[in-house]
Amino acid sequence: MTLFLLQRLGTLVITLLVASLLVFLVMEVLPGDPASIILGVNARADTLAALRAEMGLDRPAWERYVLWLGGLVTGDLGRSYTYGVTVWELVAERIGLSLPLALMAIVLSTVLAIPLGVLAAARRNKAADVGVMGFTQLGIAIPNFWFAILLILLFAVHWQILPAGGFAGWDAGFWPALKTLLLPAVALALPQAAILARVTRSSVLETLGEDYVRTARAKGLSRRAALWRHAVRNALIPVVTIMGLQFSFLLAGTIIIENVFYLPGLGRLIFQAIAQRDLIVVKDLVILLAASVVVVNFLVDLLYAVLDPRLRGGGHVL
Amino acid sequence: MSSETRAASMREFWQRGRGQANLMIGLLVTLLLIALAVVSLFWTPYPVNAIDIPAKLQPPSAAHWLGTDQFGRDVLSRIMAGARNSIAVSLIAVGIGAGIGVPLGALAAARRGWVEEVVMRFNDFTFAFPALLSAVMITALLGPGAVNSIIAIGIFNIPVFARLTRGAALSLWQRDFVLAARVAGRGRTRITLDHILPNIASLLIVQMTIQFALAILAEAGLSYLGLGTQPPDPSWGKMLNEAQTLMFLAPQLAIFPGLAIMVTVLGLNLLGDGLRDLLDPRLRRLR
Repeated sequence: MTLFLLQRLGTLVITLLVASLLVFLVMEVLPGDPASIILGVNARADTLAALRAEMGLDRPAWERYVLWLGGLVTGDLGRSYTYGVTVWELVAERIGLSLPLALMAIVLSTVLAIPLGVLAAARRNKAADVGVMGFTQLGIAIPNFWFAILLILLFAVHWQILPAGGFAGWDAGFWPALKTLLLPAVALALPQAAILARVTRSSVLETLGEDYVRTARAKGLSRRAALWRHAVRNALIPVVTIMGLQFSFLLAGTIIIENVFYLPGLGRLIFQAIAQRDLIVVKDLVILLAASVVVVNFLVDLLYAVLDPRLRGGGHVL
Repeated sequence: MSSETRAASMREFWQRGRGQANLMIGLLVTLLLIALAVVSLFWTPYPVNAIDIPAKLQPPSAAHWLGTDQFGRDVLSRIMAGARNSIAVSLIAVGIGAGIGVPLGALAAARRGWVEEVVMRFNDFTFAFPALLSAVMITALLGPGAVNSIIAIGIFNIPVFARLTRGAALSLWQRDFVLAARVAGRGRTRITLDHILPNIASLLIVQMTIQFALAILAEAGLSYLGLGTQPPDPSWGKMLNEAQTLMFLAPQLAIFPGLAIMVTVLGLNLLGDGLRDLLDPRLRRLR
């Protein structure tokens, strides 16, 4: 187990290092000098040079990369040109929206998808199965931002029971804030739920065909007990992996969904930072998001090893 | 294969495929979409960008089947032209992905060693970045527009095809007929072209259909964010973005472009599923 852990940890660190190098290089290629963006086109040459020196832009690229990396490790993320505050403050302020939103979406999609997937597998080729599979086909085909717009049309324009966008803020109280996050969470959850339900269904179908399920039935366990106690339990392992992989889709989804609902979260921040060429913010956010994807998948791998001892040998999972 | 046996196997193919509902529906929807896009090249009910302010924001009617937008432009005409745009962007993007990804995957499987290691590690890194996030970055980097969204979507199709090709090719390299070809003195490139690629072609075709559907969604997302096709050229995502600001005035504007995206993606996914069942019946029992 220790060897397995060390090996995975090593891969994690290397992946993050290469990812940071990639992000840094991409940002280097990006046209436009940050200093001249801040000062405008009419800036005097000496002012420009002074600002470039202050921002460290006159140093060689490798030095700036090492400094940036050091900053990331020590938690010093630098200062945003456009907002005038540290990136850390920006992130801290917005994660209070994006994290609960992502968690709500994960909970919603799991609560919806796993029972549906199990139901479809248990009633294979019956009406319930066909219905669930039809729902998943639709869920995969509907673009999440259009689904979000439809939700707004229905709940905000037609029935007027939920807001069309914006975030009340947690200071406004738990329920008002939660209400503003409800539609975005549903919009994020739908495509995830559709994929998860399909994975659950095929995974349960696979375990239902295993010998131990037949043994359980032969032992006198009811169909229901064999399904839940043996088939579903074992089927959930690949489902957890897919949930880990979905985390990255969820992050990408927040970029678009936060824009649909005008939510001041991390997704909207990164989109605006790119538009405003606020390179420090872009660089930091991209690497933070990539790191969170890598770390989540690392944790899923660990969870996988806990659930299935056969995988602890140190080989590649999957 | 003689032309006669080929015709016979095509006939058998068609007979088997005809019985599959998802394949037939998917094929029908996809052909309809292509027809719509082709027709829009030389005919639309109204000129695509013709502004007619007095007729703005009309609900569907006999004159304008799907109504008009805030500039009085005909929505049906714009959806037809939008289909052309979606198909073009997605087709080229998937083409780039398969065109680079398949050779990379085949190379990794044929050469093994450090070549494979480099190709696969590169793949792992691209998976760490959410595709849409990277697409947003790339379009921001190169500037918004249809061509750059093609590049952005295309880049993220490369690892998908590389991974699939490598996996399928690796197991083929162990098979007897490939060993026989090696014993006969054929080179790795020859074997890849003559034996490996033809045997994974059906797998690739299925994946291309699915990636095509995903590319349509990605293109719609990018143009919704204002990073894809630029106005006045119509695109489904852009139309939805404009419709959102008019939701209280003309809610119907937010319906049709979204329906177009959904039906297209649904059709392509059904086609992909159907093709997979048809080409690889062994997989059918699990889904």
